[in-house]
Amino acid sequence: MAPPANDALVLLRLEGITKRFGALTANGDVSLDLRQGEILALLGENGAGKTTLMIILFGHYVADEGQVLVLGPGGALEELEPGSPHAALDAGIGMVHQHFTLAENLSAFDNILLGTEPLSAIKSARLPARKKLDELMARSGLVVNLDTRISNLSVGEKQRVEILKALYRDARGLVLDEPTAVLTPQESKTLFATLTKLAGDGLGIIFISHKLAEVMASSHRVAVLRGGRKVADLPTEGSSQRQLAELMVGYEITETVREPGTPGAPLFVLTGVAAGHGRDAISDVSLDLRAGEILGIAGVSGNGQTTLARVVSGLETVSAGKLMLEGDELGQVSARQMIDIGLARIPEDRHHDGIVGAMTVSENLAIEGIRKPENQRFGMLRFSAMRERAKGLIKAYDIRCQSEASPARLLSGGNIQKIVLARTLETEPKVVLAAQPSRGLDVGATSDVHKRLLAARARGAGVILISEDLDELMRLSDRIAVIHRGHLSQAEPTEDLDRGKLGLRMAGHDGEEAA
Amino acid sequence: MIRFEPRGPVAVSKVISVTVAAAVAALVLAAVPMLFAGLSVFEAYGLMIKGAFGSAFAFTEMLTRATPLILTGLAAAVAFRAKLWNIGAEGQLYAGALAAVAVGTGLISGPSFVLIPAVVLAGALAGGLVMLGPTLLKTRLGVDEVVTTLLLNFVILLFVQMMLEGPMKDPMGMGWPQSEPILDEAALPKLMDRMRIHWGLIIALISALGVYFLLKRTVWGFEIRAVGENASAARHAGIPVTATFIRVGLLSGALAGLAGVGEVAGLKGYLTADLSPGFGYSGIVVAMLAGLSPIGVVFAALFIASIFVGADSMSRATGVSNYLADLIVAMALLCVLVSGLFLKFKIRFVGAPHAKEASK
Repeated sequence: MAPPANDALVLLRLEGITKRFGALTANGDVSLDLRQGEILALLGENGAGKTTLMIILFGHYVADEGQVLVLGPGGALEELEPGSPHAALDAGIGMVHQHFTLAENLSAFDNILLGTEPLSAIKSARLPARKKLDELMARSGLVVNLDTRISNLSVGEKQRVEILKALYRDARGLVLDEPTAVLTPQESKTLFATLTKLAGDGLGIIFISHKLAEVMASSHRVAVLRGGRKVADLPTEGSSQRQLAELMVGYEITETVREPGTPGAPLFVLTGVAAGHGRDAISDVSLDLRAGEILGIAGVSGNGQTTLARVVSGLETVSAGKLMLEGDELGQVSARQMIDIGLARIPEDRHHDGIVGAMTVSENLAIEGIRKPENQRFGMLRFSAMRERAKGLIKAYDIRCQSEASPARLLSGGNIQKIVLARTLETEPKVVLAAQPSRGLDVGATSDVHKRLLAARARGAGVILISEDLDELMRLSDRIAVIHRGHLSQAEPTEDLDRGKLGLRMAGHDGEEAA
Repeated sequence: MIRFEPRGPVAVSKVISVTVAAAVAALVLAAVPMLFAGLSVFEAYGLMIKGAFGSAFAFTEMLTRATPLILTGLAAAVAFRAKLWNIGAEGQLYAGALAAVAVGTGLISGPSFVLIPAVVLAGALAGGLVMLGPTLLKTRLGVDEVVTTLLLNFVILLFVQMMLEGPMKDPMGMGWPQSEPILDEAALPKLMDRMRIHWGLIIALISALGVYFLLKRTVWGFEIRAVGENASAARHAGIPVTATFIRVGLLSGALAGLAGVGEVAGLKGYLTADLSPGFGYSGIVVAMLAGLSPIGVVFAALFIASIFVGADSMSRATGVSNYLADLIVAMALLCVLVSGLFLKFKIRFVGAPHAKEASK
């Protein structure tokens, strides 16, 4: 991508930003420039301080040291009042948070205008606003139906509303926090096309990411943060994915490789299973998982994979069809029974379903087996045994936490996933269900998850891997099936598939080759 | 400008000291209306302290008042821990009292070691069963338990009134709507001669220790905490969420029912429809002041009881209404809830930065 000319004006400058939370230094002496018309990728692992830095820029936090400068009307850089989102907005900085800040019950139009209308205005200036927005949409290609309630919009549309909101306020610089975390591959592509266009019109853009592919494809310059410090700032052109990945994690990366294996007998079989209601329902789903294989399930989010995962987890009532484990029909099973017969489940939403944040790491490691004799005697908890086992698991699975007694909510996403992995895999389950196991995780944590799943496969377990990440699926799975509108296709060996074929099926075209 | 930044975990000692500071702040704030009422603040508080702690009689009266508050406080605390919003302790208290009277006024006869446990069990069971209905409606049909438990309070109170006007009316009661007196063998013994303090206090303290032990040390307690903090993760991890709610509902109702048993079988001796001046509702305040900790409930109940008993005594001496007690309790609750904010967030004052630099 062609970067803006070198003489483009510096729009934004962070100078020596330092921010500490207690003993933790979230940002240490970070300096950064953003030029007009430039797309800057802020790359780093989870917890590297990317979001903190951008939140300081936007004024939600105040830096302990350092300052934020913006291009003033006179053409010189002026200090931005710290700790004031209002000042940031006035200076033309817009921010699109990872979790959207939209009022669900208002229309897109109302959301965009929210906070821009003075309280004392006698008649609201809705007509001119409408006109301005229509122009903006035409120019940027960000088209949304402005009269629709936010709750009826898709995630991608909500994001467009957020960007329009910033543009409507005449943003000169736009910050996007992990904009693609919630988007389908197609939506991400559209988003970056739009951003490139906006940058062409002179907008300065910073986007936070830890996905290397999109950083390489869509940015002019990359700043890499590691442990709160800036470790690199280089033009995207001429750098490589591998180089960036190593800058990000700080050590050399070894790729996880799937050794060819010999799948055994059918282990876990679903026949004609139907469950769920509405958009996420599944019908007539059949699959046969064999021992010692990873069966990938690809699909765009919202096509029934959540329901499928809930069925296998014992959380959803099956309305038709049957489940069989090693030839025995399971009937209607609860989560408890699924655990007891040797089924490990890694939930899609690890914060919501995986851990109890207020409880300790040790308690979260014991929660699935809390009624087993090793954790209790006559209904009394065996604390020291739980603690000892937790210490062992923390070491074995490299869970980074202050101690086994810290509340689990204080851990990073990757370490929370390690808690889930540790407690489900330590019992050597026969079947592993991994739903979106690396979603939102950084490179290091992702490779850890992959190694664990491959280890389970090597041990002879069958693994069902539900994912939206095609690279992950192609790399790990022996066979891949595609789920679309609640129907699951026949699984095919990964060797016979490619991204194009899978992509077509995910979009609903059937198995026949589209000529 | 003031801004809030989240804090990590806070030490227990800090939680306790902040709570105590909040209670003191409430007393300071309540001094303002006292001044308006023309009282000398120190004298008024002096009278209150004397009224609650000044003599053996005052002290035992305070403990007698704290007894039902500990039990209703525990009822609220254990339910709220599981995020089961039981607002119906008042009704469960009356149900417990009604059952105690039904059993203890001649239904069965026998020595004390048979009758007293029978009365206590009947009261606990009745309270638990009253809470079972709303719990089942919540787990089966998703009916909001705040509404059902709250409205049941009125249903039960009217039912008690009906029973006291009808089948359970004391024929020797000179026409007053009250039950027959509890048999001497069924009454909870007094703890001290010539004082009103009774064995209900011991039952309350044992219950507090029991609930503490349950929550902290047992599998059921673990499951209650897990369900309360994150029900969907608990369900995913195979914890029986519905069964846990039912257990908590039964326990919470039973604790409130015990409060009714104590009042009727330990203190009054017979049941009237004005047995409780809102102990069930005050129990919610007690539980919140205690931060839902069972041991904290004991201290919060003692605090509230001493305010009420002290204010009664002060009001008799000065002629100022004892509504002041309600005011202080309300202030204390507000202060403690606000102090919770300080425990969760670091509050930073960010003045105009330029002004700060100029002053350097």
